[in-house]
Amino acid sequence: MTAATAPTTRSELARPEALPGTLHLGLVRARLELRQYFRERDAVVFIFLYPVIMLAIFATVFGQDGARVGPDGGTVPFAQYFLPGMVATGVMLSSFQSLAITIAVERDEGGLKRLRGTPLPAAAYFLGKVGQVLVASALQLALLLAVAGLLFDVALPTAPDRWFTFAWVFLLGTAAGSVLGVAFSSVPRTGRSASAVVTPVVLVLQFVSGVFFMYDALPTWMQQIASVFPLKWMAQGMRSVFLPDTYLPMEVAGSWEHPMTALVLAVWAVVGLVLGVRTFRWTRRDAG
Amino acid sequence: MTPTDLALEARGLRKRYGDKQAVDGLDLAVHRGEIFSVLGPNGAGKTTTVEILEGYRERDGGEVRVLGEDPQTAGREWRSRIGVVLQDTRDLAEANVGELVRHFAAYYPRPHDPEHVIDLVGLRDKVRTRVRQLSGGQRRRLDVALGIVGRPELLFLDEPTTGFDPEARRSFWDLVRDLRDQGTTILLTTHYLDEAEQLADRVAVVQDGRVVALDRPSELGGRAARLAVVRWVEDGVPREIRTDEPTRTVVELAGRWADARGSAAPLEVPGLQVLHPSLEDVYLALIGVETSVAPVVPTLQGSTR
Repeated sequence: MTAATAPTTRSELARPEALPGTLHLGLVRARLELRQYFRERDAVVFIFLYPVIMLAIFATVFGQDGARVGPDGGTVPFAQYFLPGMVATGVMLSSFQSLAITIAVERDEGGLKRLRGTPLPAAAYFLGKVGQVLVASALQLALLLAVAGLLFDVALPTAPDRWFTFAWVFLLGTAAGSVLGVAFSSVPRTGRSASAVVTPVVLVLQFVSGVFFMYDALPTWMQQIASVFPLKWMAQGMRSVFLPDTYLPMEVAGSWEHPMTALVLAVWAVVGLVLGVRTFRWTRRDAG
Repeated sequence: MTPTDLALEARGLRKRYGDKQAVDGLDLAVHRGEIFSVLGPNGAGKTTTVEILEGYRERDGGEVRVLGEDPQTAGREWRSRIGVVLQDTRDLAEANVGELVRHFAAYYPRPHDPEHVIDLVGLRDKVRTRVRQLSGGQRRRLDVALGIVGRPELLFLDEPTTGFDPEARRSFWDLVRDLRDQGTTILLTTHYLDEAEQLADRVAVVQDGRVVALDRPSELGGRAARLAVVRWVEDGVPREIRTDEPTRTVVELAGRWADARGSAAPLEVPGLQVLHPSLEDVYLALIGVETSVAPVVPTLQGSTR
């Protein structure tokens, strides 16, 4: 398969003449994306480690002397009470915040334009992003659960149906967060302003979605706003994984609302996909 | 010249932004295997033109063929045959040189050996260095490496030597000539007139969205623009003559100078200079830039040639 005109070096013999496959390039992209992600100190501290750090701080401050929280007869350690919110936050940061910022920066720095000048298919670029997000958030959640279980004595669920819930909330949440991140990446005007634009959105959502505070303690109008957005449903879904059913009375609806959770996350995934496809561009806006 | 000898052809190219006609009926034909340079002031439409040729922008009118295809509709196979080195990229800071060259090679069906390309651009001792730690010139050489690793038939170079020290520029020019000698067609956009003069087989000057001059660098502007200037000082007043026979002019001047002063031997003429226009002088004259030294075109400066 080697071209007659080309000197036959080893790497050329190994390559076929046809254009490399999209799936293969997606994996190649994911590897480079992951490498760059974990070398970027900002990403590691403010996205990858953030939920772990927050969990450690909250659990340490509020959980002093083994303090527990919850309804009578069903209390849990403070760390366990905070864990679902931090898991949901981790999913949102690793998908939405990470992609919205990095794609905005890549666009501003000319990285996307460079890729557009190569035969890399757009699908492979996005596959690489998906791969990077899935691997990074899986590692992040593994670390978060390990810290919760080993350092803060959180009893992790053992029932398979709870882990099944964990899996689909994680996957749907990641899917919605990723496509919305791609769409939102077109909002910041420059790469430099990207974190300044994206971070407050995430922070506000965290506060109104019951990530830090009991959701049922929030004013009703705030609950109504939050229930439009996916983070509230991710947090609720994760509460159904990590909190005992004795916590059910503290849910506003009185139930975990799994079908509604799946529906809202799926709708956001579709909306994000449509928005992302329509707004995505390889070059800066000012490039005409 | 048959159409297949052309790597790139544009006819009557038009592009408008708002009420500004950025490209206004531009014609261009680049032969296979040549280094073709596009010059022009900022806002002349050269970036828009090149980006249309690269497939980044859609044209409003005109015909374009790049490697036999219309860039607007061409697919991956076409993109695997071109190489694009953009200006002003600051991406990929956290990856290192070796990773990136190997990574980009994977996009192409028939890439060069990445290790060979790293040697070629002179980044062997930086192969494990992260992009953020490279100097400006080293970054540019990496950009070039990523642009050529796919073995392009046609390479677009946009301001490739910005930030280079003189030595790095020389070795970069050698690299570009080597690529040409191996059959790569190169479209070079540059602000450095000496670079175009050194590298280009042909030069097009673009102004107001059109090609206003097209020739070999040594012929650009025609004979009138190429006249030498002989200067001297007489009675404390600077004088000059434009001529295509400067040697004869100098001899006549020397004879007249000696005769007028009753000397049999030649006398030194004060401030005697013979100036030949550089490509830069011709270019500046073509785009209508005047200087205080010589109000008539072409403007002249320096006599190092």
